[in-house]
Amino acid sequence: MKKILTAALAASMLTTPAWAKEVKIGFVTTLTTGAAVIGNDMKNAVELALEHMGGKMGDLDAVVIYGDDGFKPETGKQVTDKLVKQDNVDFVTGYIWSHVLLASRKSVLDAGKFLISANAGPSQVAGKLCNKNFFSTSWQNDSTTMAVGEVLNQKGVKSLYIMAPNYAAGKDMVAGVERTFKGKVLGKDLTKWGADAQLDFSAELAKAKASGAEALFVFYPGAAAGAFVKQYHQAGLKDILPLYSAFTVDALSLPKLQAANFESVLGSVFTQEWDPTLDNAANKKFVSSFKAKYGTYPSFYAAQSYDAMFLIKSAVEAVNGDLTNMDGMRDAMMAVKYDSVRGPYTYGVNHMPVENFYEREVVADADGVWTTRVVSTVYKDHVDPFAAECHME
Amino acid sequence: MDYDLLFIQTLNGIQLGLLLFLVASGLTLVFGILDFVNLAHGSLYMFGAFICAWLTLQLGNFIYAVLLALPLTGLLGLAVERLMARYLYTRDHLDQVLATFGLILVLDTLAHLIWGPAGIAVPLPGWLRGQVEVFNGVVVPSFRLLIIATGLVTAAFLFWLVNYTRLGMLIRAGASNRTMVSALGIDIQTLFALVFALGAMLAGLAGMLIAPITEASIGMGNNIIITAFVVIIIGGIGSMKGAFIGALLIGLIDTLGRSFLDDLFKLFMPSDAAETSAPAVSAMLIYIIMAMVLAIRPQGLFPPKVR
Repeated sequence: MKKILTAALAASMLTTPAWAKEVKIGFVTTLTTGAAVIGNDMKNAVELALEHMGGKMGDLDAVVIYGDDGFKPETGKQVTDKLVKQDNVDFVTGYIWSHVLLASRKSVLDAGKFLISANAGPSQVAGKLCNKNFFSTSWQNDSTTMAVGEVLNQKGVKSLYIMAPNYAAGKDMVAGVERTFKGKVLGKDLTKWGADAQLDFSAELAKAKASGAEALFVFYPGAAAGAFVKQYHQAGLKDILPLYSAFTVDALSLPKLQAANFESVLGSVFTQEWDPTLDNAANKKFVSSFKAKYGTYPSFYAAQSYDAMFLIKSAVEAVNGDLTNMDGMRDAMMAVKYDSVRGPYTYGVNHMPVENFYEREVVADADGVWTTRVVSTVYKDHVDPFAAECHME
Repeated sequence: MDYDLLFIQTLNGIQLGLLLFLVASGLTLVFGILDFVNLAHGSLYMFGAFICAWLTLQLGNFIYAVLLALPLTGLLGLAVERLMARYLYTRDHLDQVLATFGLILVLDTLAHLIWGPAGIAVPLPGWLRGQVEVFNGVVVPSFRLLIIATGLVTAAFLFWLVNYTRLGMLIRAGASNRTMVSALGIDIQTLFALVFALGAMLAGLAGMLIAPITEASIGMGNNIIITAFVVIIIGGIGSMKGAFIGALLIGLIDTLGRSFLDDLFKLFMPSDAAETSAPAVSAMLIYIIMAMVLAIRPQGLFPPKVR
């Protein structure tokens, strides 16, 4: 008798998933190579979001399937194809890298699914390649560095040296700062990027110093950030060439820099749409529970991934779980019916956030842990420069 | 022309060249004497960096960590030789390439399992964190001077080892004619294991020296190994002198190309075009040199004496 009961129980447990309706979300990020640090932080944020939702979006179970892009556009496209065709997901999100997003976007959009970028914001998808089923919970690449240019103007910096990696986002970032910076750009280096990226910047730093510029702007995301800041510190450039950056100093590089005591990074300035100190209920809950669960501050990658999950949830709930109602879900996302950790924002015609950008600086918190704080608001409700090029069908 | 900048960039080039020499010397020993293509040489470089970074955090002192990590990397080299390389000496190069490529994947994943994906930043003692004024106004990070000094000392040690010791004599003899050496009653298996361990230690040392500049990270060996192969092809496979001169040549060409090529291009093309084409051409420069050497002197610049 007991055996039969056990068997029946086991059978009923096995069949349960077939009754439950679920919403499937594909999450493409980098889970191998040195850039896996970013991917893990995003994954942690997704898991936290699921926990805060109780694993549900409306009445549906939320199922997240992760895909590893291996830091390569071709692998990113393959794994996207697999998520769309084999797993038949309803939403595809994630994407750290602009070149990976550009390679993968067509696979998702041609299949009539929603594509939500939780980080990458190449100029193309904001402009000519904009699409009604594409949304972003981050920014268009140029916007963040345009804010850096404004900060430089406000501080009266007259000349600048620029360093960035040679790929899609690197070029956008440099274009952004050049668009708004009113002084003179004395030199520019685009360094090798990808799985075998250049990490020794001795030649470039020596050139930057010799150029006589008043400030240095860099964009070095992921593992390159730590390498760059260390060499900047070792070269003793802090007082000669103040550092302004975008997506370089973040919650992922700061703990390692602190462990190795590279204090040159303290006081360095950068811009972003989000900061752990932003004062709103959603952000406080996110930052405190992230710190409690994982022991570190969340990065902006984590914040945007957390937002992406709640944006999807708001869409699913608006149509009462009817995932065939694409128009209803699109309208719901367009209306931003969730509490973003960056505070309220709206969507522009190209489905890029119209949001604030803040000047941030690196400080030690009350416990002595290196983190960031907001200095001032550089842009209020900023519309990216490519919105005008977007003609949505 | 800014001579201060030229001087600093030359020092940077020499520093990069000496790091490359450490990797390439091990590679050329193993390739030249054991006739074994070891693609996983870069993984030993990575393990050197990781072991040293981890020990630095445990012991709180970078120098002790290096002294302890060196024999550990040597032991790892011995293990790789004993468990894998030994069975492949008599196989052809394609088998060796396949097997050692597999070893790269295994070792990368092993490092991922042990130390996580994040990589480790290495703290330096105070006296290595600052800068040294070489002459008026020209300052160089002191750690980069340490790399140059270590590289030169290691090169001198290898020169002495290869030219003036019995082990060196056997190594040179092995590079020229392996069969004859074993026919003379030399325990070739022990000699090979020693050479392999020495190569691993040299690669590990390079990893330990670069880790405080970049950091210990997964897959860090995979880009330097390609450049190291370029070095030994230019220098002549199996030649220590060739590895030294080839490495300095490549280090200087790469660094000076990265720093002055765009200025050079601006002389005869618009500055926009120069800014986009210079990084691309400077990335290709070392391969162009290699192609030229292969076309003119396929055996390399300083090939070892004929077999």
